[in-house]
Amino acid sequence: MSGIKIEEKLFQNRYLVDADNPHIRIKDPALCGQCSNQPCTICCPAGCYTREEQKVVLITDGCLECGTCRIICSRQNVEWEYPRGGYGIQFKFG
Amino acid sequence: MSEKFDAIVVGAGPAGNAAAYTLAKAGLSVLQIERGEAPGSKNVQGAILYSDALERIIPDFREDAPLERHIIEQRMWVMDDESYIGTHFRSNDFSKPPHNRYTIIRAKFDKWFSKKVQEAGALVICETTVKELLRDKTGKVIGVETDRTEGKIYADVVVLADGVNSTLARKAGFRPELEPKHVALAVKEIHFLPKETVESRFNIQKGQGVVIEMMGKLTKGMMGTGFLYTNNDSISVGVGVMLSDLMRQKMTPYELLEQTKNHPSIKPLLEGGEMKEYAAHLIPEGGYHAIPQVFGDGWLIAGDSGMFVNAVHREGSNLAMTTGRMAAETIIDLRASGKAMSAANLAEYRRRLDDSFVIKDMKKYKDLPEIFHSNNQFFTTYPELVNRSAYTMLTVDGVDKRSKEKEIFASFREQRSLFGMLGDAFKLWRAFR
Repeated sequence: MSGIKIEEKLFQNRYLVDADNPHIRIKDPALCGQCSNQPCTICCPAGCYTREEQKVVLITDGCLECGTCRIICSRQNVEWEYPRGGYGIQFKFG
Repeated sequence: MSEKFDAIVVGAGPAGNAAAYTLAKAGLSVLQIERGEAPGSKNVQGAILYSDALERIIPDFREDAPLERHIIEQRMWVMDDESYIGTHFRSNDFSKPPHNRYTIIRAKFDKWFSKKVQEAGALVICETTVKELLRDKTGKVIGVETDRTEGKIYADVVVLADGVNSTLARKAGFRPELEPKHVALAVKEIHFLPKETVESRFNIQKGQGVVIEMMGKLTKGMMGTGFLYTNNDSISVGVGVMLSDLMRQKMTPYELLEQTKNHPSIKPLLEGGEMKEYAAHLIPEGGYHAIPQVFGDGWLIAGDSGMFVNAVHREGSNLAMTTGRMAAETIIDLRASGKAMSAANLAEYRRRLDDSFVIKDMKKYKDLPEIFHSNNQFFTTYPELVNRSAYTMLTVDGVDKRSKEKEIFASFREQRSLFGMLGDAFKLWRAFR
């Protein structure tokens, strides 16, 4: 079921992206290479985490600010803050 | 801003709005801080509004609140891949005012609630994220620091209504990090359709609405549920599963949502709709045992931030409003009797919660989360068995009914031993009673 394009879903949403100021950061990228199952690449509902070779690449632009990635990371390797006031997802309906 | 307020409320969801409104109405100087562009722009819910909790705060809310449809019918579906078996309850009594619950669209509703808060006299500032709590030498909370320039603001007491992630409470050490087994991830979409289509499709009239709650194989063996709610000219559809289960498998949340939408019993209900938003949110479902300390020197916690959700009955926003209101009332009463906002005095908040339906209900189901966690047959084996049994009994094919009964009984025995079934029944009975 990899036919679903998360981009098409996120395209319906409204964002105010805080360019060059991501609110989530992978603390130590080397740790992700040692993580066997990399659950962030499965569980993020916005598909912000992708696997490239052994590395995990994070692009926060489509983030729905749910907090899942921070909680499921067994190595506490996700530094997670809310975006600056006014930035990020702006739900039209919620 | 170096001004000092009687109270600062962090967050403009149901808990924060209930608290700020109640405090301002009693004449306290209140500052409410919201990180979204407008109140509601960061908030996600199914969403069902339970009238009672709001009525106790704004008795005449029906006059101008943006309500979608009042619920006249509740459907509970237990599903396998092809079918559902369920109970429907519909009553014309639910159409008689005052209505007991409504579907709402949170972005609209939260804006309305915030307008009421401002009319009551609170100062509401948006587009402002609170970075941390300000504390004095003894650890007492004395204000907040925001991400605005000169962002320190002081108050006698701070109400943390900053949602399930509660960055503030975590950083201050008031609450531990959420555990994957205590929180569910829900994803949802809103699909727009002409209101006449919604009404004919769900067999309802103007203003009436239907709720469908679903469980079974649609969550692929994970502990969770699905939902479908009728709004005025749209349908909200979603699915939620526990993070502890989600992280152990290979399906993404949006694939799960897509499969839910494509279930043969759901797909025709959404046919022709235009999807206009995709949202995700965490729901604190750890229950009674996961409730953290909710008061301390100069602070109180309300709503999702305090894990106040009754997952069994799909109640959360009403607990948020009730805890927000009770936090405010505790502050108001302490202030009226000239008492300090100390931990010892604010403990009264927890006592009031203990006496209310909030803690009583959460206590009643305190063991349920554990039972569903360790027994996934409730989400796979049983839903399939009951659906196949119904299919067998309702298929007319020349086989006599007694033989069909035997076949059904044998299929249950095959999937689960008699002791297993009795044990499951006992566990459920003990957890629900």
